[in-house]
Amino acid sequence: MIPISKSPSAVPALAVSLRGVTKVYDSGVAALGPLDLDVARGEFVSLLGPSGCGKSTALRMIAGLNTPTTGSVGVARRKAGTRAAPAIGFVFQEPTLMPWATVQDNVGLPLKLARTAADEAKARIEQALAQVGLADFAGAFPRELSGGMRMRVSLARALVTDPDILLMDEPFAALDEITRFRLNNDLLALWRDLRKTVIFVTHSVFESVYLSQRVIVMTARPGRIGAAITIDAAEPRSEAFRTSADYVAYCRTVSNALAPSYPEPTR
Amino acid sequence: MNELQAPPSAELGATDRFTLRLFRLLLPVVVLAAAVAGWAILVRVNDIPPYVLPGPGAVWRTLISDWPILWQSLLTTLSTTLEGFCAAAIGGIALALVFNQSKWLEYSLFPYAVILQVTPVIAIAPLLLIYLPQQTAVIACAWIVGFFPVLSNTTLGLNSVDRNLAGLFRLYGASRLQTLRYLKLPAALPYILGGLRIAGGLSLIGAVVAEIAAGSAGAGSGLAYRIAESGYRLNIPRMFAALLLLSAAGIVIYGLLALTSHLALRRWHESALGGEN
Repeated sequence: MIPISKSPSAVPALAVSLRGVTKVYDSGVAALGPLDLDVARGEFVSLLGPSGCGKSTALRMIAGLNTPTTGSVGVARRKAGTRAAPAIGFVFQEPTLMPWATVQDNVGLPLKLARTAADEAKARIEQALAQVGLADFAGAFPRELSGGMRMRVSLARALVTDPDILLMDEPFAALDEITRFRLNNDLLALWRDLRKTVIFVTHSVFESVYLSQRVIVMTARPGRIGAAITIDAAEPRSEAFRTSADYVAYCRTVSNALAPSYPEPTR
Repeated sequence: MNELQAPPSAELGATDRFTLRLFRLLLPVVVLAAAVAGWAILVRVNDIPPYVLPGPGAVWRTLISDWPILWQSLLTTLSTTLEGFCAAAIGGIALALVFNQSKWLEYSLFPYAVILQVTPVIAIAPLLLIYLPQQTAVIACAWIVGFFPVLSNTTLGLNSVDRNLAGLFRLYGASRLQTLRYLKLPAALPYILGGLRIAGGLSLIGAVVAEIAAGSAGAGSGLAYRIAESGYRLNIPRMFAALLLLSAAGIVIYGLLALTSHLALRRWHESALGGEN
């Protein structure tokens, strides 16, 4: 049996809390839930499952892009005294950039929509671009960049409002493995520096184990939590972790947790 | 026997590309020259009188000798076209924006925009000429035919916004106006420009149709009126000269709108980027 930890033993301040959340589509298909999930402030959690298990739907509900059919979604507001801008940054599966705007205009979009003063916006855009290593590409257009660089722009745009919570929906799924590994490492470094809450949706066992403190394995239709596995690896993680025996063991545990929910089709 | 050959390259060298471009410019000119020469020979050999078919020389001489009259007519037609085109552009884009903001209005009014489009303008023109002052009626005709492509293309463009980008705007609490200005209008721009390119040529057609319909009523002086008038007087060379000017006007309008489109989109849109990337 897989150990299922329903809630962390020491309860820190929560960033996100889902209670009995379900999603039923108009067609009557139950896509999700009921789902209970707590994510602590500063935690890195992965939602793992194959396509169609409702993990993206859950993420979009946390962002407020979808509404649950039943249940409640709680998202921590910003600490008192900070800006009123949304506390959430969202990275889509595709870079989702405006092709007509330069990199800096794309990154600055959330600030423009919040009517941030121009000089403050400029400084924050520069900072966000520096964080993802694209400081020299501020004036480029998205089509002039590689797939990995476009994803970095998308990440910079999510970071520019300095959100407390970063929601990532299979952000690196379309990239080649070399680029994905590099972005994994950069994301981990950013997370260590900025200590944001990250909820990361992926269908890669290896990616979820490498990145997260906790892997939530989801079952298919309707999407429920099949197992929650804490990845207790020495920080900071690096390429050495990727080749360690611990890593392989965790990957096997997570794969095994995934297997019963998705039996091979038999006839 | 084991000699290996480089695979035939699909990519063109620099000189090849230059030659290709030269040919693309040259070939239509060659075709034009051949057609004009054939026309001249046909008229000369068969001794066709100019009131049946004037030779290219006769048309050219008429173009020069009648230039003051034709120039005035050209200006009249062009100003009608321009006014009709502007009305079509502003009206089409504005109505598309209204439709985009209110589905109710779109459902109520869109069928009538379609009806306006599918009813042949040549059939509406006489009616318009009865109810409107002549100049207004002519502009209205140019507007009717140019209006629909702008409306339908702009509507298509406004509805083609990337779903995730729209979600992003919602996530960051964008107002309707912000979404329109920073997302929908830029996303629709290539479609709008495509619609305008069609509308430019159609406005000229609308203006010409209305002028011809109004022709018998007298007071008009546009190029189409000149064509009708010259027809009645069997002044065939002038007919050809006026026709030539109309074609030239159409080509210039299309060229200007294509250039505008290229300049507006060259930094980011596939259609304006060329093959190199």
